[in-house]
Amino acid sequence: MKAKLKINRMWQFVPLYFMMLPGLIYLFINNYIPMAGIVVAFKKFNVKDGIFGSPWVGFDNFQFLLSTNDAFIIIRNTLLYNIAFIIVNNIVGIFLAIIICDVLSERLKKIYQSAIMLPFLISIVVVSYIVFAFLSHENGMLNNSVLPIIGASPIQWYNEPKWWPLILIITNCWKGVGYGTLIYIAGIAGIDTSLYEAAELDGASKWQQIVNITLPCLIPSVVILLLMSIGRIFYSDFGLFYQVPQNSGSLYSVTNTIDTYVYRALISAGGLGRSAAAGFFQSIVGFALVLTSNAVVRKINSENAMF
Amino acid sequence: MVMSKGLKVYQVIINIILILVTLAMILPLVLLFMSSITEESTLIVNGYSFFPEKLSLEAYEYIMQNATTVFRAYGITILVTVIGTLGNLLLTSMLAYPLSLKELPGRKVISFYVFFTMLFSGGLVPSYIMWTTKFGIKNTIWAYILPNFLMSAFNIILVRTYFSTNIPVDIYESAKIDGAGYMRIYWKIALPLGKPILVTVGLFAGLAYWNDWTNGLYYINKSELLSIQTLLNRMIRDIQALQAQSTIDSGSLMKVPQVSIRMAIAFVAIIPILIIYPFLQKYFASGIMIGAVKG
Repeated sequence: MKAKLKINRMWQFVPLYFMMLPGLIYLFINNYIPMAGIVVAFKKFNVKDGIFGSPWVGFDNFQFLLSTNDAFIIIRNTLLYNIAFIIVNNIVGIFLAIIICDVLSERLKKIYQSAIMLPFLISIVVVSYIVFAFLSHENGMLNNSVLPIIGASPIQWYNEPKWWPLILIITNCWKGVGYGTLIYIAGIAGIDTSLYEAAELDGASKWQQIVNITLPCLIPSVVILLLMSIGRIFYSDFGLFYQVPQNSGSLYSVTNTIDTYVYRALISAGGLGRSAAAGFFQSIVGFALVLTSNAVVRKINSENAMF
Repeated sequence: MVMSKGLKVYQVIINIILILVTLAMILPLVLLFMSSITEESTLIVNGYSFFPEKLSLEAYEYIMQNATTVFRAYGITILVTVIGTLGNLLLTSMLAYPLSLKELPGRKVISFYVFFTMLFSGGLVPSYIMWTTKFGIKNTIWAYILPNFLMSAFNIILVRTYFSTNIPVDIYESAKIDGAGYMRIYWKIALPLGKPILVTVGLFAGLAYWNDWTNGLYYINKSELLSIQTLLNRMIRDIQALQAQSTIDSGSLMKVPQVSIRMAIAFVAIIPILIIYPFLQKYFASGIMIGAVKG
């Protein structure tokens, strides 16, 4: 009798498992099979034998990858750009969040917030067209309207590497700053208002309030966001580095990152091996960094940890 | 409340700064639009500009009259976005609901199975090989829908958490006492009450599908299968991507306004976003904020 009841109880869960099946299968195909497929980095891949049937070649692909200067350049670019993005977007984001929260008019507040969020929704391909409208050699606004005013001669933007760190940092900030701003606005909204009231009674200036109340209260969210971005520091925004410089070969020294390298090597003849090697490196180091940064987050504030 | 002079000055300064920031955010889009309605010869002489000497709608006329490529691409993008978003919502909610039930045996293991996909990824090469050789999605509409965007662990976790914390347990309990099975509760209670989170997740999924150009880059090279983003991606370097088709269509005498039409098509691609944004802004904002808290 008891056993029967238990079976009945189990029975009721069966539809639930069936319900989960499509999603679980999708994750298996889309995520787990490629995870196992990462061994392709140690193989000489051919289509006929597939990933798992192709012969092993040990570290040949990695040797090939390291035989050129590319490995150094793509890792350097990926890291340096990410560091620059983290610094610039967080500083601008915190600054904007603080002043948006201080705006008295609720309507203006909403308009500012909406405007800052807008670029976040636009595809990077369209962003590359907008950048092109500014920088195009023949028709761009800078070469035609702006540079003549200050008496400078036209610049071949898509052929001159030296400008691109600046261009990419500005583009990335324009597109992405709204995200951080919004998160910091939520952080500021959570600060106990009595702190400010007390400070005002003590005659603290606006600046003193920002330095002594707002910023310290934001530190936890800053640290969390920072660690999250560090966990992803070996990943770059493929679109930003591939689309916006329009895949221009003369800019590779400053625009080639791990992600663009993996793609370009993959589609080039005989490049699959080094592409897989670079991808393997990215996956493994990325995994280690995510685990580490999460462990640190958990130490600081277990509520914010992912696991 | 009377504002002190210092506070008044502070308000003026921050509002000026924020107006400038707002302009910096919006003006690039205005430049895109102005470029698309500038007359071709003016563009060639003066370049893209906020204040063109001569306006013209020739780029848009050209799109209307000739470029079936653009219409087709637009249609493909709409189709992919609709199917992808609905599929995403269905799969996500069907996986998230059982995971939100504390009594489900094996819940922890399955949650970890879902969650682990956020930590480790095989990267582009193995998944490219798998999708092309095992599933043969190259040059099919599935190439836009299946890889990457159909479901994400992150969304599952958001929806699961919403189902288990924002919907009162009492409602589930009383439905159970009334004899409703799990499927009925999912359909009649969890889905309707979970609407806010489902709208948010659907919005981000739809945006991801609308804006995606990577799947098109990896898996599509047939010109009649280009989505709008993929078409734009081809066109920036090679305006022929647009022409190839249109000459066959009509043999038209109309010259392609090469310089302005790029911008016109790019603008057409963001029009839906500009239209829905004001109405759905709060969902975008709340999506980012819950994402950050749970992230």
